[in-house]
Amino acid sequence: MDELDAIRITFFQECDELLADLESGLLAQQRGAGDAETVNAVFRAVHSIKGGAGVFGFDGLVRFAHLFEAVLEGLRSEKLEPTPDLVSLLLGAHDELIDHVTAARTGRVQDLRRLSGVSVRLAEIVDRLKVAALDASPEAATAPERDDFDFDFTPLAASLEPLPAPPLTAPAPPAPLGWTIAFRPLAELYRKANEPAVLLRELARLGEARAVLDLSDLPSLQALDPEDGYLAWTIDVAGDIEKAQVAEVFEFVEGDCDLVISPMGQAAPAAAAPEPQFASEPQAELPIAPPPVKIAPPPLLTLVEPEPAPPPHVEPEPPRAVQSESAQPESPPAEAPVQTPPPQSVIRVDPERVDRLVDLVGELVISQVMLAQKVQEAGLPPSSGLVAGLEELEQLTREIQDGVMAIRAQQVRAVFQRMPRLVREVAALTGKQARLVTDGEATEVDRTVIERLAEPLTHMIRNAIDHGLETPEERAALGKSPEGVIRLSAQHRGARIVIEVSDDGRGIDRRRVLSTAVARGLVAADAQLDDEAIDNLIFLPGFSTASAVSDISGRGVGMDVVRRSVQALGGRIAIASVPGRGATITLSLPLTLAVLDGMQVEVCGQTLVAPLAAIVESVRPRPEDVRRIGSGAVLAVRDSFIPLVDVGVVLGFRDRPINPADGIVLLVETDDGGRVALVADEIHGQRQVVIKSLESNYGQVAGISAATIMGDGRIALIIDIDAVISMRNRPAPAPLLAAE
Amino acid sequence: MSQTILTVDDSRTMRDMLRMALAGAGFNVVEAVDGEHGLQVLGAHTPDVIITDINMPRLDGFGFIQRVREDRDHRATPILVLTTESDPSKKDRARAAGATGWIVKPFNPDKLAEAIRRVAA
Repeated sequence: MDELDAIRITFFQECDELLADLESGLLAQQRGAGDAETVNAVFRAVHSIKGGAGVFGFDGLVRFAHLFEAVLEGLRSEKLEPTPDLVSLLLGAHDELIDHVTAARTGRVQDLRRLSGVSVRLAEIVDRLKVAALDASPEAATAPERDDFDFDFTPLAASLEPLPAPPLTAPAPPAPLGWTIAFRPLAELYRKANEPAVLLRELARLGEARAVLDLSDLPSLQALDPEDGYLAWTIDVAGDIEKAQVAEVFEFVEGDCDLVISPMGQAAPAAAAPEPQFASEPQAELPIAPPPVKIAPPPLLTLVEPEPAPPPHVEPEPPRAVQSESAQPESPPAEAPVQTPPPQSVIRVDPERVDRLVDLVGELVISQVMLAQKVQEAGLPPSSGLVAGLEELEQLTREIQDGVMAIRAQQVRAVFQRMPRLVREVAALTGKQARLVTDGEATEVDRTVIERLAEPLTHMIRNAIDHGLETPEERAALGKSPEGVIRLSAQHRGARIVIEVSDDGRGIDRRRVLSTAVARGLVAADAQLDDEAIDNLIFLPGFSTASAVSDISGRGVGMDVVRRSVQALGGRIAIASVPGRGATITLSLPLTLAVLDGMQVEVCGQTLVAPLAAIVESVRPRPEDVRRIGSGAVLAVRDSFIPLVDVGVVLGFRDRPINPADGIVLLVETDDGGRVALVADEIHGQRQVVIKSLESNYGQVAGISAATIMGDGRIALIIDIDAVISMRNRPAPAPLLAAE
Repeated sequence: MSQTILTVDDSRTMRDMLRMALAGAGFNVVEAVDGEHGLQVLGAHTPDVIITDINMPRLDGFGFIQRVREDRDHRATPILVLTTESDPSKKDRARAAGATGWIVKPFNPDKLAEAIRRVAA
């Protein structure tokens, strides 16, 4: 990878972090919890994005960030009040800045609205600020402002071009002879660590130079102030040189020296009236030591001393009184108390390298399992050193695996931080008022899960605002705060992460849900369903209570799509609702998509793996526990009857179910809390398996979520339990594998 | 021996850009993430030139320059400030604090090397 490409990646990573900082700062401001440092941090975030964008020539991003920054600068310098309206505009600007960053990242600049409402409003504020600044100091039009109101907006777009440093004078007609420069450094020049010898060296680069040192001002040693400047030079530089080139050499010392540049041959004496552009009145000299004056001639330069005089003896003695504060025209803002923790030391690694490592560790786990199996087959006694060593290897493998997975773990913050914007947008579109409260952003989960979390969460939050929350008027009439609250939380529960989206809206209208489900033929008209079952009807394919598909939660997808994408992650979804109080949707997901704790079972000679998380218990049923009901069968377990599902039949391994009493039964829990008994032929114990995608390596198979490689090197399929259960009532698919 | 440059900037992108340009021009680079950190780094290094940003947390560029100029060991070290546009008021303030020169962002490696040459002994 090219170094610049790597920096580009860094830039966008940094943008993401800065955008998150920006948003949390603005949200703090909105809550009224902001202080001066919050505003500074917010300003810096936009400023840094602009700076980096300039490096890469993202002009649209630079332009927008510049406007945004200008308004924040107004806030920082207290020319603007952080009114709720302004803060909400700034949040909108944050959202739009994300779009600009995304456009820069993807190169799809054409997707951006050319002149958005936000940038127009920002520009208006900037114009007002500028007018106010002019009113406040009429001379500001000509003199640089002394405060920090440091932006310049006319013309708006042109001011953003990467301007070269403006030339100090209009280029003079070329002077064939060259230039004579009278140069007398002031103490201030030394104080800023400028160095006459360097300037002379730079002049000598332009053409043949001849410098004459003037020591006439050098006082006696007793009177000499080592902090002051006493030396002056007259330099002739010969050649076809523009005056601007000469002036550029002195760009950094402008105002800190007496300087006269005149065409060679008509040299004015050094004491002549200085040219207005270059010389300024000698400034108050500060009692600060200059760096030791070096007068060693650079190679190209001929130093001609009018009379042999000893070089000024500069004592490297400590300065007498260094009190620069008193001499400062302005002192910088008082140092903020150091509260910010020192930056964490973080290694940045290309995610692909970590992914590769995860894959390799997966292979390691498989090899280790295969080795263990070979040793077992060899019939070595458990007391042998080999078995003990193997156990140690297994332990280490596990630890390496955990360690690698921890590297790839990410905080759900990465997804959660996209949601405040969504809430604002959806609330604005639906005319609702909503506030997002998040909790547990630091909960970690594997990157592979994070990436696929955004879509279901987005949809759930859209739904909660669009369908869950009442309008502000309705809420006020109900005695609720007009602003609805959407809560988004994450926490670990065992080997899973549980994410909840809840609202304090109207809850699910069960009558309407039931009548819709009946009208669409999803449930029988006379079905007796409890409240929970009715609530969960919204996850059925084809269900939508919105009479007209709204632009917000519509888009042709319903909660069934959310459920499918959650299930594809090996997750479960459930809803709980209290009428008038709101609804909570709970997602439960595995922490990783790389490994799975599974139960190895055998069906028709095929090895299958059932995810352990779904299994409640396994039982070997007695014949009298199996009851036939119609075409199916149930299993009596303690006081309840649980439907029996023959895995071999559902997957098409065999045509007729085996007698459950001849096999083994796995009691599994479904998403809606129901139980089903899966019938398999034999059970071979628990093991951790490495998940290999079937979809990307072969294709999607009904009833199967993925595959894995077993200790003997053979492939085993991982059962998608919910899919198997939902398939049980349908005709068996074509045989998946030839039954033996 | 090649010269050492201290870069002080809170933006990782900018630090990386500076490092790439400076290392390409044969300089040693040491980095700091803000003014306070810059002062700490100066406790251990003696750079030939310092390049600093203005807007930084904890201690900004103005404050940093001022503190360097008060430091006996480093007050004669040339300091170049990074400014986003050629911005007169910010430049003036940086000079008042003791900046030696300035670099206008976005810079290219040649401009950067030239600015260093113009202040480095």
